[in-house]
Amino acid sequence: MSYSIVDLCVNCHACFDVCPNDAIYKASTQFMINKNKCTECVGDHEDAQCASICPIEGAILTPAGEPANPAGSLTGIPPQKLREVMAEIQAR
Amino acid sequence: MTDMAPQNQALEIPSGGCSSGSCGSSDDAMAHLPESIRERVNNHPCYSEEAHHFYARMHVAVAPACNIQCHYCNRKYDCANESRPGVVSELLTPSQATKKVLAVAANVPQMSVVGIAGPGDPLANPEKTLETFRAIYKEAPDIKLCVSTNGLALPDVVDDLAELNVDHVTITINCVDPKVGAKIYPWIYWENKRIRGEEAAKILIERQQLGLEMLVERGVLVKVNSVMIPGVNDKHLEEVSKIVKAKGAFLHNVMPLIAEPEHGTFYGVMGQRSPNKAELQELQDSCSGDMNMMRHCRQCRADAVGLLGEDRGHEFTMDKVEAMDIDYKQAMEFRAEVHSSIEEQRNAMKKVATVSLDAIGGVKQAQKKTRPVLMAVATEGQGVINQHFGHATEFLVYEASSDGVRFIGPRKVDQYCIGSSECDDGESKLSMNIRTLEGCEAVLCAKIGLEPWGQLEEAGIEPNGEHAYEPIEEAIAAVYLEMVEAGKADIEVETTQKATA
Ligand code: SF4
Ligand code: SF4
Repeated sequence: MSYSIVDLCVNCHACFDVCPNDAIYKASTQFMINKNKCTECVGDHEDAQCASICPIEGAILTPAGEPANPAGSLTGIPPQKLREVMAEIQAR
Repeated sequence: MTDMAPQNQALEIPSGGCSSGSCGSSDDAMAHLPESIRERVNNHPCYSEEAHHFYARMHVAVAPACNIQCHYCNRKYDCANESRPGVVSELLTPSQATKKVLAVAANVPQMSVVGIAGPGDPLANPEKTLETFRAIYKEAPDIKLCVSTNGLALPDVVDDLAELNVDHVTITINCVDPKVGAKIYPWIYWENKRIRGEEAAKILIERQQLGLEMLVERGVLVKVNSVMIPGVNDKHLEEVSKIVKAKGAFLHNVMPLIAEPEHGTFYGVMGQRSPNKAELQELQDSCSGDMNMMRHCRQCRADAVGLLGEDRGHEFTMDKVEAMDIDYKQAMEFRAEVHSSIEEQRNAMKKVATVSLDAIGGVKQAQKKTRPVLMAVATEGQGVINQHFGHATEFLVYEASSDGVRFIGPRKVDQYCIGSSECDDGESKLSMNIRTLEGCEAVLCAKIGLEPWGQLEEAGIEPNGEHAYEPIEEAIAAVYLEMVEAGKADIEVETTQKATA
């Protein structure tokens, strides 16, 4: 099984630099994971490296398809608060 | 560079941009530093306000990845707080970056410093940064190199940086207490794990302090940047200032937090406020007692790209750079010539400034008690008043008093807009300009329109176009003397008014 990257990726290269298996590559608009190369870091590290450094919530999915870093888990901003503030900005 | 003035002379002649002990590059504030460092700093475009007018630096974006998260940063956009280019900026490979640097250096001889500041942390994946430095050091040894970092990976590369003759390193240190740090840094990536809370802050702080010590040991200049976050680290930064100075940082630069909800940062969304101008100046003043504070930093106003202006920036896009054939040996000779004529010009201006500052000394001798007055200047550089009021995107604020003229800091006109129609409205731009000038009693510019003239007067700020193209300090001194003679600066007149910025 493999981790994967969705289009929330901001192309910061961080995961690319830390993958022990060179499973991550730069595709045309974002980074992607080669599922044949990804080992979930088993045997190399306790935690999946890409998911441990990615700064963008929701950009990396676990093999189960869940966000490895769900909303609010990296920024500390409660998702509800973010929605409110965004709505406020749009209403201006 | 021409020879430095002998020491006794340097003490007599105010060094152009700074004439008081509180500016980062003045002799007083540098007194505790070894002579060799003082000399390096006084002619440094990044650290001497006056030298800043003549030289420029450029940034190349080669380092996209970051290894920590700060609450004032959103990796999706440019970082407003650390003048970090965002992930959307043109990312270059080390060899592209080197080509671009050589092309700009050959065509813009004023460019004397190349920095790597991001978009991420330049040392998070140090190879790209080091490779770029190696190539520039080899091909263009007349260019100074600098790097900015959060410090986490710094101790690992200190030896490489020293070997490549890196001129200075800027470390962003916002705290020395993990309890404070936990409110600023939600996580770090360390030893293959994402670490959070106080544990993360403790590691980061230890690495920053270790990196600082190691650099100082190896003779690399270290500047410390801090972001002032009211209620989080504002009180704490005085302690930070003491500690980093004791360890040998030569300059401490406190910057105000920039946080707006639309930035999408933790602080922006959670409504953390920014410090106001008075709070910032108060902290800078209280730190300057025991630390060299840098007030002129406007987060790289003098980027070579900025110096080039929009009209020349397009000459250095990567495809054009690739097509250029640069003979750097020849370029280096040309650069040396330009630098020596710049030095002549600087020396000439220092002499002029001395004359009018002497006149201010006269006020002191007359034993007339006068109060300090803040004045703003619109300038495009070269140390003269040469900008139209309406074109200014920032103003330089100076304080004139019987002690002389001292530089307080730049004030950016708030350009932040989220696309509301108000923004393009000439009138609201004008009122934004006027708001920026709060606390100033005069604004000196090359030219000014009638409408702003009236509104400025209404706001109690005297517009002044009489000193167009004159050196800044001399002009301010002259305006101050006029005010003194007219009795406008008498202490008795306005005892309650205290200058703030
Ligand atoms: S989980 Fe590990 S092996 Fe798989 S892509 Fe991420 S870093 Fe590479
Ligand atoms: S770390 Fe996250 S945002 Fe950065 S390149 Fe990888 S997936 Fe994209």
